[in-house]
Amino acid sequence: MTKGKPIDGGRRAFLKAAAAMTATLLAPGVTLYAMGEAAAAETAPASSKVRWGLLIDAGKCKDGCYACIAACSKAFGWQSTGHPETDPQWVRKVTAKDPRTGAGFSVPVMCQHCANPPCVDVCPTGASFKRADGIVLVDRHICIGCRYCMMACPYKARSFVHEPLKDQKPDAPRGKGTVEGCTLCASRIDAGGVPHCVEACKAKGAAAILFGNLNDPSSEIAKRIATYRTTRIRPDLGCDTGVYYTNI
Amino acid sequence: MAKVAYQKLTDHSAFFWGLLAFHVLVIAAGLSAALYMEEHGHIVTGMSNQIVWGTPHVFAVFLIVAASGALNVASFSSVFNRLAYKPYARLSGVLAIALLIGGLAVLVLDLGRPDRLIVAMTTYNFRSIFAWNIYLYMGFIAVVVLYLFVMMDRRISRSATPTKFVGGFAFFWRFALTTGTGSIFGFLIARDAYSSAIMAVLFIAASFLYGLAFTVLVLMTMGRETRQELISEDMLHKFRGLFILFAQAVLYLTAVFHLTKLYAPQYRDVEAFLLRDGGIYTLTFWIGQIWLGLILPLTILVFFGRGRDAWRSMAISAPFFLIGGIAQMYFTIIGGQAYPLQLFPGMEVSSSFQDGVAAQYWPSLPEILLGLSGVSISMLLTGIALKILPFLPHPAEA
Repeated sequence: MTKGKPIDGGRRAFLKAAAAMTATLLAPGVTLYAMGEAAAAETAPASSKVRWGLLIDAGKCKDGCYACIAACSKAFGWQSTGHPETDPQWVRKVTAKDPRTGAGFSVPVMCQHCANPPCVDVCPTGASFKRADGIVLVDRHICIGCRYCMMACPYKARSFVHEPLKDQKPDAPRGKGTVEGCTLCASRIDAGGVPHCVEACKAKGAAAILFGNLNDPSSEIAKRIATYRTTRIRPDLGCDTGVYYTNI
Repeated sequence: MAKVAYQKLTDHSAFFWGLLAFHVLVIAAGLSAALYMEEHGHIVTGMSNQIVWGTPHVFAVFLIVAASGALNVASFSSVFNRLAYKPYARLSGVLAIALLIGGLAVLVLDLGRPDRLIVAMTTYNFRSIFAWNIYLYMGFIAVVVLYLFVMMDRRISRSATPTKFVGGFAFFWRFALTTGTGSIFGFLIARDAYSSAIMAVLFIAASFLYGLAFTVLVLMTMGRETRQELISEDMLHKFRGLFILFAQAVLYLTAVFHLTKLYAPQYRDVEAFLLRDGGIYTLTFWIGQIWLGLILPLTILVFFGRGRDAWRSMAISAPFFLIGGIAQMYFTIIGGQAYPLQLFPGMEVSSSFQDGVAAQYWPSLPEILLGLSGVSISMLLTGIALKILPFLPHPAEA
């Protein structure tokens, strides 16, 4: 019936374009599906069988070394803006000295990732929350900036973003008017890595910060805690912190 | 029993319009301040990572505490059957709602993300006393509106039972509300200056005092507008007696609060800071809260509050009680935060994050304007309410 009729060029072009468009639309989905298994590990819910923690050895933490702080600041984009009272500090070096003997130490202090976190208890919206694996985070989508968590935290571990932010890290978005603090590099941990501060300290040759699963008796951190005398900051408050210190 | 008559404001003087205009101006300034803070961030306030709650919270908590206290006059009349207080019951309900709205407005406008108010209203963490308070505050407004309705509706108010029932419920609710507000601080284990259950009781006593001071001042000011004395001589003496009782209760509980803390060695350092070495905070406590806010007005009322001077002594004392209230909140909220957190008790501590250092705080103009606008919101709402419905007593012509 079509014999002798010229081929409809318009229809052919349309079909070609439609096929190309279908392929373009489907490709990402297919690719995602193919990579799904790897992605699943990162999106799987945190397990309560794990309790992530840190062991900080004050004996190895060198005076004047701020590698852990620099690594954290670089990774998450928080830094000094010349307003020390209002600048965020996710991790800081605290120096303590016994006034009678003069003996002291200097250690990094960050969110202590409490098992009983006061910040989570007081947060009116549930923006402060604890993952099943013990990591305490702020959901910046529902943080209303009331700062009650900062009032409640015994460790001064949280900062309020007082100023508009510039040049944010694409993978670590922050928000003016919300509260933030150490995340224990949760996304790195989920991908099987270790927190930036731990890595930076090791790279400096100090290896003063040990990261691991406190619930696993065979882990290095659990073994060390079981062998050597360790302490935690203000254990009397009953927060059951996930950050241990030794040699302090 | 003589029927109690009420009136609304009808014939307005330049004074009334002047007062309203003043409050509108302050509110406009407060809203502009809030916008400015929202645009530039809290860097334009005196607040920091050390003093996380500042002047807006001082005003907000003060107004919320005063709100629950303002309802007392109504409770005296319907719950405790003191008929002498009945003429003031309606005003007391209106003031309670207006003060609460003023306080909440400041609290909300100070949030880092006030645009997320809807999140606060829809996402709750029931372990948080803050979340409970959102219910307590909204519920308080609803209960008091109902209370006003049963007091004012012609048919329902014929029987005393509904008023007594709803009044009793409102009375219970106001205790819960002030306990909740006091517990915001009492539950903070991290702050040595707080962590005491007496905080909630102290806040209840303070609420009686500040609520009554607001009630008396509004009655005195509106008396000028209605061109008749709204507080009878008999009631002046009753209010005077209540002022003396409430001020003594606040003094007593403040003393118990600090003495019990001084008894525990772990809190001696923080008490020494607050009561002796805290600079501006120590001055705010002794001069602002204790002397100007309690002892001076108490002295005026006790020694000069009788006879012909009764009205004047009340007019002088009531603002001093309110100044004392602001001082109490400033001392409690900001002084309590200024004392450094004890990460390593007994050690001298320092860091780049001001660990171990008493924090400095100076309120900025936007914060002060925002705080003051809360008072103006309360007063403007009260003024409008008094114009719309008969909330004010109408004393029989002498």
